[in-house]
Amino acid sequence: MITYFQIYLFISFTTMAAFYAYRGYRRVYKNIMLGKKEELSDNQSERIKNVLLVAFGQKKMFKNMTPAVLHFFIYFGFIVTQIELLEIFTDGVLGTHRIIFHAVENIAVLRFIYVGTISFIEIVSVFVFIATVAFLSRRFLIKVPRLNKPELKGFPVQDAATILLSEIYLLICIFSMNTADMAMHHGEYGFAVSGMLMHLFSGWDYTSLHYVERLGWWGHMVGVLALLVYLPYSKHLHIILAFFNVYFARLNPKGYISNMPEITKEIKLMMDPIATHPPVDANAAPVKFGAKDVFDLSWKNLLDAYTCTECGRCTDACPANQTGKLLSPRKIMMDTRDRLEEVGSIVAQNNGVWKDDGKSLIENNFISVEELRACTTCNACVEECPVMISPLDIIVQLRRNLVMEESNAPAEWNGMFTAMENNGAPWQFSQQDRLNWAKE
Amino acid sequence: MNVKTYAEYSTANETPEVLFWVGCAGSFDQRAQKVTRSFVKILNHLNIKFAVLGTEESCTGDPAKRAGNEFVFQMLALQNIEVMNNYGVKKIVTTCPHCFNILKNEYPSLGGNYEVIHHSTYLQHLIDEGRIKITDAASFKGKKITYHDSCYLGRANEIYEAPRKVLEELDAELVEMKSCRTKGLCCGAGGAQMFKEDEPGKKRINIARTEEAFETEATIVAAACPFCNTMLTDGVKSKDKQQEVKVFDIAELLAAGQGLEKISF
Repeated sequence: MITYFQIYLFISFTTMAAFYAYRGYRRVYKNIMLGKKEELSDNQSERIKNVLLVAFGQKKMFKNMTPAVLHFFIYFGFIVTQIELLEIFTDGVLGTHRIIFHAVENIAVLRFIYVGTISFIEIVSVFVFIATVAFLSRRFLIKVPRLNKPELKGFPVQDAATILLSEIYLLICIFSMNTADMAMHHGEYGFAVSGMLMHLFSGWDYTSLHYVERLGWWGHMVGVLALLVYLPYSKHLHIILAFFNVYFARLNPKGYISNMPEITKEIKLMMDPIATHPPVDANAAPVKFGAKDVFDLSWKNLLDAYTCTECGRCTDACPANQTGKLLSPRKIMMDTRDRLEEVGSIVAQNNGVWKDDGKSLIENNFISVEELRACTTCNACVEECPVMISPLDIIVQLRRNLVMEESNAPAEWNGMFTAMENNGAPWQFSQQDRLNWAKE
Repeated sequence: MNVKTYAEYSTANETPEVLFWVGCAGSFDQRAQKVTRSFVKILNHLNIKFAVLGTEESCTGDPAKRAGNEFVFQMLALQNIEVMNNYGVKKIVTTCPHCFNILKNEYPSLGGNYEVIHHSTYLQHLIDEGRIKITDAASFKGKKITYHDSCYLGRANEIYEAPRKVLEELDAELVEMKSCRTKGLCCGAGGAQMFKEDEPGKKRINIARTEEAFETEATIVAAACPFCNTMLTDGVKSKDKQQEVKVFDIAELLAAGQGLEKISF
């Protein structure tokens, strides 16, 4: 009876979680697709190489050893724990207990592999625990500067704490489960870490141990499902999107900024004295230069925004930020994502149609003109990002809108533009004097 | 100075080996003009047949593009491409990383396809070929040189070693700043910052970088970009250290090493 009740509960929880998770991930996907088209599936071998080295291999993380090693423990732990989760899930559906163990317990080799695997997971989990505690203290005790910048106030810091604390919670659950199970069965499984911990339960009776084991099992299961649902609302979504983001990363040299073909067309017409303007389509949407809002950006910029896990390596490396300017590349990504969430929910509420809310990504408590102006396009942020996000690409597109749509540029820049147009140089020098340096 | 334009080569029915793209700073900025002349001295010394566009050269459009003015950029780019394609330019060398980056990466899709080389790489090739002979005209012995990575050479195009190889030719000690290569700190000029005032902040970026250079105790700061050169020179001046610390381009140092140029350091 109690078994059937547990199966019923398990299946209801899982179905509910799957439903809400599906809605969450679909929302993220739909929002990303609000961006403009950009072709990014050429050169597959290079892209796969990037995924293996940068995403799986975490190559760019290892530029900074301490966090890289700690992060690797958690990443590796997350992956290997999935093996144990497979058994937990099967047990849940069938109402069994350690189904894999019981299937192999009489076959020495397989039993050895099973016990070895679970023991390995337990050992890795100890490292995950250490790493998580270290991350919590880096953020809240040592206060590593990049984890304590103004843009993290409020939800972002709460989000980070939620994720780290739920990792600790999941570890406590799984260790309670294994340890109580070991104690109940007098250590017959022979797991490495819970074998040492089981003495904590010495003197406990079978029923109490059974409750602890069930509590651990259920706690872990519910925790995993809750995280699955929470993930698409969290910065932690990088554990999924990082792989896609690295695959679709632009492969050009970092110094490359795309040319705008719509402008090439105009200028070619301007330069050609005998060109006739093609007939104007009165129904065509007006051409807009640069990006003012999220749907003017490419889908890749939006994927970047959802992939960002707010680690702040970009902001730490940014020369403008280092010298006290308002610009923070991480904030560029966070603002893009927050505005996208806002735009996405308006679109969803209106059956897929965008209704102007009178706001945009520039100003309106998102990205300010002052921030955009401070960028030196030095690519330090792009270089630093472990998951190949480009804040710079968004900055340039927003600058284009300011300059070409709003005529919003500092006076010195306007002077520079004029000089470039008239004299072919950013200063007021005559083009005829270009070779004067050779006269000496 | 023996400098011929592409037009002159063209009328003489000759083809130069390489086009030297001087750039706006190299043409007009007094400090950068010196670098231009040093580089030309090296080219002439080795009898390299190079041409300049002279009055037919325009700004590549880099500061406009990075400021967000794609119109001005493409206007200049398409004009430059027309000029170069008319002459049949194949190979370009430039002393400016911004010109280098934009000519190499952004001109191709507008119809300008050339082999583009930054002067650091160009000089390194000349060294590798054994064509550069260091004399004892200027002794760098016992001097400390620190190289400042230009963003548009380094991170933008992954050229970190060529300028260092050039400096290693000189008999000096090459020391690195706290942030170098991929982590190199910007001088503060890129993205058209050169042409406007800074946003409010605690410090100017060039000051932060100059402080890093001072930490190395080098007496020569080597740059490979005219804008970095200006920013660092300004930084040194604002700290009133222009007597102790000098900023030079790698071309000036190499020219001095060959006895082609007199510089005081």
